[in-house]
Amino acid sequence: MSEPHIETPEELDRANARPVDEAAPTGPAEKSSAPAAPAERDGDVLLELDNVTLRFGGVVALNGISFSLRKGEIFGLIGPNGAGKTTCFNAMTGVYRPTSGGIRFNGESLVGKKKHEITRGGIARTFQNVRLFPEMTALENVMVGADAHHKTSVISALFRLPRFWREERSGRERSLELLRFVGIEHRAGEVSRNLSYGEQRRLEIARALATNPTLLCLDEPAAGFNPAEKVDLLNLIRKIRDTGVTVLLIEHDMRLVMGVTDRIVVLEFGKKIAEGTPAEVRDNPAVIAAYLGVPTDAA
Amino acid sequence: MSEATTTKRSSAAVRGWFGRQSLAVRTVVVALVAIGAYLLPYVGSIPVIGPQIETQGIDWPSSLFNMSYYVLLALGLNVVVGFAGLLDLGYVGFFAVGAYATALLTSPDSILHTEWAWLAAVPIALAVTMVAGVILGWPTLRLRGDYLAIVTLGFAEIIRIVATSTDTLRGDRGFSSLPHPPGTLPDGSKIFGVSDATPYYWLGLSVIILVIIGCRNLDRSRVGRSWLAIREDEEAAEIMGVRTIKYKLWAFAIGAFIGGLGGVLFAGNQGFINSQTFILQFSILVLAGVVMGGSGNIAGAILGGALISYIPDRLRGIQDPFFDYDLFEYRFVIFGVVIILIMVLRPQGLIPSRRRAMELKDREKEVAPQ
Repeated sequence: MSEPHIETPEELDRANARPVDEAAPTGPAEKSSAPAAPAERDGDVLLELDNVTLRFGGVVALNGISFSLRKGEIFGLIGPNGAGKTTCFNAMTGVYRPTSGGIRFNGESLVGKKKHEITRGGIARTFQNVRLFPEMTALENVMVGADAHHKTSVISALFRLPRFWREERSGRERSLELLRFVGIEHRAGEVSRNLSYGEQRRLEIARALATNPTLLCLDEPAAGFNPAEKVDLLNLIRKIRDTGVTVLLIEHDMRLVMGVTDRIVVLEFGKKIAEGTPAEVRDNPAVIAAYLGVPTDAA
Repeated sequence: MSEATTTKRSSAAVRGWFGRQSLAVRTVVVALVAIGAYLLPYVGSIPVIGPQIETQGIDWPSSLFNMSYYVLLALGLNVVVGFAGLLDLGYVGFFAVGAYATALLTSPDSILHTEWAWLAAVPIALAVTMVAGVILGWPTLRLRGDYLAIVTLGFAEIIRIVATSTDTLRGDRGFSSLPHPPGTLPDGSKIFGVSDATPYYWLGLSVIILVIIGCRNLDRSRVGRSWLAIREDEEAAEIMGVRTIKYKLWAFAIGAFIGGLGGVLFAGNQGFINSQTFILQFSILVLAGVVMGGSGNIAGAILGGALISYIPDRLRGIQDPFFDYDLFEYRFVIFGVVIILIMVLRPQGLIPSRRRAMELKDREKEVAPQ
């Protein structure tokens, strides 16, 4: 029934689909070099995953994943449930250490670095299930993020040395500014557990931005949002990109991803099955198969 | 919306009258409380209620001094348990390290034969205690909750057993002739003598005030935020750039330092210490004080620490009407009942921290939704 539906886009985009079809079944050696070339051509590479594999015992959560992000783009990471998107995030932010493969950020390897070092190096993230500090006020939550770049020592906090006052004041101002940026400044003094779900999601973004990231990773930021909230979120993500921050977005909602991202990588069962612009990915038969479960020639 | 406002109102009620006052009013109140604390040794001169407050089986200034080092211990433990959320059951270990380090440096019984003055030994003893805090902290950094509690429990027991069974630390024989803090009055008599404990209490109180200022400064800075973040979600904290290992070690070191201060003061007052002083129930008692007073809240820790010392001392010298035992002998029974009552009627502690109160409230909600 649905087969003729798929035939058309497949034919139209055969040229686009080809490199992807090659990438999926072939060995890791080829894949690692493939995405590097276009990235270098189109702009500065910010983050590069090179043939990253992650195993938990016998389970292969990530299987030879390679892609790279360019500075200033909004990059989508999509895939069905359990495809390994969040695992990919966790490998990048130091929560998991890849079994093999390399992750480079600004040319520097992230493998083996501590979580807080990676954050201070310029990668910030939010969580799929909101993980704020529930008993802290919204402002305090953001200030924890801002503290990442502060140098106030325990001694200068204890004796209230000039650096303490300086950083406390600038941290507070910056945090309020970020709360304004995400649109919840009026809730600054409220304990974060009392914020609405949407406000909590925004607060998480503000907290992540407070660490001054060059790359912001958003893990399903629109989960549980109604259409109006999703539109607001899209605008916020664009606004963040316009400040010069590169955004990596994990998302389920295809329409949201298609609307905002510059490029997309699609994962399925821990493997990369497609990469390209939203239009290319949308019409890719492997992607359609992964999402709809329809048998195609490629599968 | 309405839910948010009710929670806001109740949290304001918890913070109470004091939090709503202006800075000037709060300063005056704090100053009055401090002056009142310095005048406590003379509380007996107040007609009618004064004698009721004073202890009977133990002289009142000594009882006040006991309270002062219990309060110090509670303040230190509050940093570890209340601020950073690291459950430490062996806190008395640091009290012991502080007291023993002082004894080793000052007592003629010590194998070191240094026989320093008390004041000279203080900085060394405190440094040793902080190192002990880091030594305990380091291997336990990966542990949480129950596991951490068991390891710290073991730490205190190790200290006690080492003190009991090594020759260097002299077991039950202990160290005697420890010097007192320095200072002479104009008439030539020593300020810190053996007959009157009032100067020791004032010394302890002054140390407490400095510790309160220090704790408060730390709590309201990135250090306090980091501790709170670690307590609430350690992994998220680290991903937000908090150096969790560093701040946990600082919590242990600062807690140990304050516990060591208690030990140093104790040694300077008693003139004698042995391994019997540092039994496990001491640790449990201080933890009970912190939890009873309101974990994570400085005022709560002070109140809790004072009560765990005052209640048993107040019971001393009162005979029960049936068997003519000293009520002091029943102290743990009475104490247990008091703690149970407080925990039933006010589970967040007597003076709860704003945040802890809400954590408990939420837990209540989880148990009985609606």
